[in-house]
Amino acid sequence: MSSGHSDKSEIVFWQGNEVVAEAAIAAGCRFYAGYPITPSSEIAAVMAERLPEVGGTFIQMEDEIAAMGAIIGASLAGKKTFTATSGPGFSLKMENIGYACMAEVPCVVVNVMRGGPSTGLPTALAQADVMQARWGTHGDHPTIALAPAYHREIYLCTIKCFNYAEKYRIPTMLLLDEVLGHLSEGIQVPDPSEYEIFDRVKPSVPPEKYFPYDSSFGDVPPMATYFEGYRFHVTGLNHNRTGFPTTDPEICQQEEMRMIRKVMKDAEQLAEYEEYRMEDAEVAVFSFGSTARGARVAVDEARKQGIKVGLLRAITLWPFPDRKIYELARQVKAFVVPEVNLGQIILEVERASHRDMPIVGVNRVGGVPIPPGEIFNKIKEVARDGR
Amino acid sequence: MSANRFEARFSAVGGQGVMLAGDVLAYAAQKYQGRYSIQSPTYTAQVRGGPTKVDVIIDDEPIIYPKTTAINFFLSLAQGSYNAFLYDLRDDAIVVVDPHLVHKWDPKYRTYEIPVIELTKNHVGKVIMTSVVALGIMIELTHAVPKEFVEKALLEKAPKGTGELNLKALNLGYATAAELVTVQG
Repeated sequence: MSSGHSDKSEIVFWQGNEVVAEAAIAAGCRFYAGYPITPSSEIAAVMAERLPEVGGTFIQMEDEIAAMGAIIGASLAGKKTFTATSGPGFSLKMENIGYACMAEVPCVVVNVMRGGPSTGLPTALAQADVMQARWGTHGDHPTIALAPAYHREIYLCTIKCFNYAEKYRIPTMLLLDEVLGHLSEGIQVPDPSEYEIFDRVKPSVPPEKYFPYDSSFGDVPPMATYFEGYRFHVTGLNHNRTGFPTTDPEICQQEEMRMIRKVMKDAEQLAEYEEYRMEDAEVAVFSFGSTARGARVAVDEARKQGIKVGLLRAITLWPFPDRKIYELARQVKAFVVPEVNLGQIILEVERASHRDMPIVGVNRVGGVPIPPGEIFNKIKEVARDGR
Repeated sequence: MSANRFEARFSAVGGQGVMLAGDVLAYAAQKYQGRYSIQSPTYTAQVRGGPTKVDVIIDDEPIIYPKTTAINFFLSLAQGSYNAFLYDLRDDAIVVVDPHLVHKWDPKYRTYEIPVIELTKNHVGKVIMTSVVALGIMIELTHAVPKEFVEKALLEKAPKGTGELNLKALNLGYATAAELVTVQG
């Protein structure tokens, strides 16, 4: 369990946003560009202080669009980069997120979710950008988005986001929410022996033989660093292996399929989750982020009353844990899906279940968390009535 | 959730400094007492003047749901915040209000009227220390965390050069509450 500590003496007391910043540095991030926005601002504040200490660079840009552009540029120049934002800024970044998908540039985008649409509830909780994380930028593209629930897990997921960005040459996303971003709790900082660090694969061929999108080396082509002598053209247009634009239907189709395949062939291993009291469960609660913490308390409460219920907590939202949901839909009679939006992830549970069965939401959008009691009541109802 | 779980809420308006009080309390419990704790703030988009609160939970077991559900101690330095955040209280909760700013309060709860801001102004000299005085009051009334740990945490969290004044404020809180308990029971 992520929130447990074996040795209390080595614990630090950090805010969720602070955890992200420290983990980014541990992951090797040395460039941050951002435009501060509540409830993510502390990430920028800590990076501004910490990056110069480790030889990195912090830039506050004129807006979120520019910040996204800056981290793409710095990544092309060889740095591990990230930016952090919330709803309105996430919307603005979408154009350049698509650019990073198309140009295959590793970078990490953190979204500490708050109420929306628009400026919405700047200082209050929501989990309503989960579909935007998947489909916010236009066109077909793969997405890796992690949604941790405990501080230690936030640390490890932040590092994973950098690793996946480097490994697959894509922009990856870390989805926190206001409650987690602002929550201070004890965390035993993971020792470097507890995680791996992945650095992008660089070309093994001399500059004259290099193509930036050369799939003969696999679905993730080696990536040269700017200013090291390799010719590397970057564009948001569909391109061939040289990086220069093409409209050749066959090349465009092949390249787009490769860009999806490079991630989706690993979809199952990327889709991490935690099962809690699921062994003999007849009702499954599916949740993520801070809401999953309340859901766990609700499951314990229901178990005390003899209801056979468990929690499937998604740690990865994208790729979605399709297979696990499919299997569970054959074990349980019903799903309860609490989320702080009006029903987004529940659509994925319905899709992945491939079964006509009760799948019931518990939803709030007023800026406050869903209390465990509310989830408990729904579990009880579903266990009794089957809906 | 253990039997020793303790939940506190400090509510005020933005700028009164209650976030720091919550931070010191939770940090003291975790770092020096070796217990589990969380600090969870709520505030508005206004820099100053919006209703704010900070919730602290201290427990012997890991804290899963990071929000309060049964508050032992509630402080309010403003009527608006009192009205907005007076929920999740246990029936036996202790409530402290500043009578200059909170005029209407629910007699259902054992409520102490303490002019925290005025006391701070008169005896510490800096209104910004109000939340530290309030923290001292809470510690004296609840014994939630041993004083020595609170003091250590406060000195660690306080800006450089303000340690002595912060301790003075904390002690004022202790003394005020102790006197009150003697008089009111």
